Amino acid sequence: MLTAILLTFLAGGLAPWAARRAGASAGWLFAVVPLALSVYFASMLPRVSGGITQVTPWVPSLGVDLAFRLDGLSLTFALMISVVGVAVVSYAGGYMKDDPLKPRFLLILLSFMAAMLGVVLADDLIALFVFWELTSLTSYFLIGYKHEKDESRYGALQGLIITGSGGLAMLAGFLLLGNEVGTFRISEIVAQGDAIRASGVYLPAFVLIALGAFTKSAQFPFHVWLPNAMAAPTPVSAFLHSATMVKAGVYLLARMQPALGSTDVWFWTLTLVGSATLLATAGLSLVQRDLKKLLAYSTLIALGALVVLLGVGGTVASEAMIVFMLAHALYKAPLFMVAGSVDHEAGTRDVTALRGLGSVMPVTWTVAILAGISASGLPPMLGFIGKELAYEALLPALLPLVALIAASVAMIGIVGQVVVRPFWGRRVEAPVERPHEAPASMWLGPLVLALGGVTFGVLPMLLEPLAVPAASAVYGAPLDFYLKLWHGVNLPLLLSILTVALGLVVAFAWSRFQPALEAAFGGVRAGPAGVYDAFIKGIPKVSAATARRVQSDNLRDHLVIILGFAVGLVGLTAFLRGGILIPADALVMPSGTPYEWVVLILAAGGALATVRAHSRLEAITALGVVGFAIALVFTFFAAPDLAITQFLVETLIVILVALVLMRLPDGLLRERTGAVHRLLSGGIATVSGLLLAGLLIAVTAQPMDLRLTEFFNAASYPDALGKNVVNVILVDFRAFDTLGEIAVLVVAATGVYALLRRVRKQPPAADQGAPGGPEGGP
Amino acid sequence: MTSLILRTATRLLLAVLLLFSVFLLLRGHDLPGGGFIGGLVAASALALYALAFGSSAAAALLPVGPRPLMGVGLSAAALAGLLAALAGRPFLTGLWFVQDFGGYTLKLSTPLLFDVGVYLVVVGVVLTMVFGLEDD
Amino acid sequence: METAVAITVGIVFGSGVYLVLQRNLMRFIFGLILMSGAVNVSLFVAGRLTRGAPPLVPGGASVPPEGVANALPQALILTAIVIGFGLVAFALVLLLRTYERLGTVMTDELTERLDDPKPVPGFGDDDALRSDGAS
Repeated sequence: MLTAILLTFLAGGLAPWAARRAGASAGWLFAVVPLALSVYFASMLPRVSGGITQVTPWVPSLGVDLAFRLDGLSLTFALMISVVGVAVVSYAGGYMKDDPLKPRFLLILLSFMAAMLGVVLADDLIALFVFWELTSLTSYFLIGYKHEKDESRYGALQGLIITGSGGLAMLAGFLLLGNEVGTFRISEIVAQGDAIRASGVYLPAFVLIALGAFTKSAQFPFHVWLPNAMAAPTPVSAFLHSATMVKAGVYLLARMQPALGSTDVWFWTLTLVGSATLLATAGLSLVQRDLKKLLAYSTLIALGALVVLLGVGGTVASEAMIVFMLAHALYKAPLFMVAGSVDHEAGTRDVTALRGLGSVMPVTWTVAILAGISASGLPPMLGFIGKELAYEALLPALLPLVALIAASVAMIGIVGQVVVRPFWGRRVEAPVERPHEAPASMWLGPLVLALGGVTFGVLPMLLEPLAVPAASAVYGAPLDFYLKLWHGVNLPLLLSILTVALGLVVAFAWSRFQPALEAAFGGVRAGPAGVYDAFIKGIPKVSAATARRVQSDNLRDHLVIILGFAVGLVGLTAFLRGGILIPADALVMPSGTPYEWVVLILAAGGALATVRAHSRLEAITALGVVGFAIALVFTFFAAPDLAITQFLVETLIVILVALVLMRLPDGLLRERTGAVHRLLSGGIATVSGLLLAGLLIAVTAQPMDLRLTEFFNAASYPDALGKNVVNVILVDFRAFDTLGEIAVLVVAATGVYALLRRVRKQPPAADQGAPGGPEGGP
Repeated sequence: MTSLILRTATRLLLAVLLLFSVFLLLRGHDLPGGGFIGGLVAASALALYALAFGSSAAAALLPVGPRPLMGVGLSAAALAGLLAALAGRPFLTGLWFVQDFGGYTLKLSTPLLFDVGVYLVVVGVVLTMVFGLEDD
Repeated sequence: METAVAITVGIVFGSGVYLVLQRNLMRFIFGLILMSGAVNVSLFVAGRLTRGAPPLVPGGASVPPEGVANALPQALILTAIVIGFGLVAFALVLLLRTYERLGTVMTDELTERLDDPKPVPGFGDDDALRSDGAS
């Protein structure tokens, strides 16, 4: 299985090169890839009931494997992907015949195919996530394929943002789940459903994973991205956005049902979200007149139905879900390709501008009719069986049943718009002069798929070897059932008759009320779409406002924020941990000698005097006092090396400050600051001083770990032949640090030199060009 | 800054301070001192000289400019590490050469070479800054 | 004695923070100097204070006597002092150049001056030199 996926990726990588060689027949050439996959997966059919597992270690340190598992459910999806893939790739060869970017298109399409296979075959949650995001990414590239168009870029970004955010939520859910169960292996997780349902992570994990599934499968209110994804070339819409990728969410829910399903939360969430999707998209579809948008809404209806069926659960619902999904793949992909052919040959997808194409595009129309009957849920098609089963499964649940009936009515209306209206009539109407039949590459694939819908409808037992293990995997236990076209007169059949009657009314009335509805609602971007737009527009606004506030050009503002946060967070942590622990004996009057006290008072006083200084002489003096007081502290407490260094550095700093200050006017030290800012910086300064002092007192009251010091003391002379331990640490034990530090010094000095040199190297005016200028002395 | 007293005192102090800095450098391994301190003393002495006589005069006292001095110092410190590496030991391991000359012990070592490097870097860094500011 | 030194460190550090938050870059550098001094001493205190026993090995012995001062923080602080010096020197020169170029040391005026520099005459800046020569 890994080999199959890798080979598909490889084929994608070869696509640009091979497609250029193959020219017009590239579509046929590359259809061999999904064809081979179809044969491979079909050959697995007899062996699939027990499940086949393949494991390749991937990130062993994290327990992440490239584990693959083929059972009924994944085989159903894999076959769907590869069989529809054959039709789509060959169709794309004709559809994109004159497109110079076809090689790139094939590359992404095949990569998608590989990633999608990865999603449905993965037996590891992390691997599934990676493939999942790969499908989102390839979908982004494919929707944005006509990147010069605004609507393509908008649709691509919207799809990526919505499915990508959902994918992140899903990853979080996976991590919770994997952490709880102790493995990321899906087959092991689903075996522990009872333990998971009883654990505390069940609810968050379910919500997060469901978010991933709902965004990917475009459930209300995340459905907004799917109609906008129709900006993609039609083969993409047929493949990703109806037959395969959007079903990944359904796949995930089906896969997780044994682990997360059969709870009230599961039931209500899925049935409510699915019903909302059914009703909302059924209503919204009435506004459309673009062939592909109409089909997109019909896809949303199908996805809603699948989610509802998963929510209800049980034996019949599991069967219904699998059959319904297969039927959908077999009719929806051809319908999309029909819409693409019409667009391609007749020049528009606007149903109001098309008439009578049936006489010039007979084969295409035949495909459309075959698929359309299945889509309407009429016998003798697979779609009929699927819908009957769905009705039967939903009989106990009133709301989903009503929603599904309403949606099926709308579906018949959509079929009327897509399959009947553009083709009906004698007079040919189309924007192009002479519309004609599409080439064989563009009808052969869809025709085969649509015929599949007929074959499996008439001979449903042919589907059983696939559907039975698939439904068993969804249900979580082995099922045994037979598929039949004719169930006798029962409640589902009566409901179907009702549906068809209402559907015909809608289909006929459509042309009358569609313009009014479009006028009323067509331009409205309220609801979820409006929320998305507001969100996307809001982000730059919020970030711009934030940037204006925190990223001013003023160094002082930055420092206030940085230091304020540092002090605030340290203070908050100290507060939350119950304050800084200062033992009572630390506050006993320390036994300092008088000159130690004098030095400490000098240091503190010098620091405060620096703050108050108004002239540069005052400031330099005060700073010097602090520096020398620190040197004396080092002297008193047995640090001669530090004391000498501090004395010398302090001297040099005073010299440098003096050299710089002498060049600046004295008035520069004046500070004109508002009272608010003085208060703010005073507050930050006070708190930071208190925190540092408090932390130091608390730290010094704790016992000291001297192991490192003891090592250096013991090793200094015997090992390093040095009696000054400080120096030995600097030049021997920790010499590497010292090397880094002197390198930093060199960098600092080079920076100083570079800054000053710009002044000195300015060429003096011509009349002053005396030799030796810069070094000429004062 | 060009008073007679400063100039006279500086001229006397310079030699003493430079000598003292070398003394601090060399004794640093056993007693307070070392490359940082010695370098700072030497740099202070030369900075004082630059204040009194101008930086070009101070620069003239040095065989090389302050910036080459930094390079030489950094190279010496790195060489001290590389010598150990050449001897098959980890980088910067101390190597010692101890020889007794009838009561006088000569101790040469890579840590000493390293400290000399530190000394030169500190002198070069401080003088680059002071000369740069004191100039023009 | 650690407590007393810690309180002193707090005062010096707080003064430094206050100065760093001012709009005058000169005072900013003073704050930087105070802060780096305070941090050095705080490291020193955290290593505990010992009177009169520097970490040296006496002649003839091979290890320092019991109770000498903690050598490790001293080694850390020694380089920190010198690095702090490099930082302050760099900041000082940067300040000088900023003033020469833009004619101000106030943080809030720097950006507007970047678009409309007001070089201080007589500082050897090329613009200044040229205007001097012309006058």
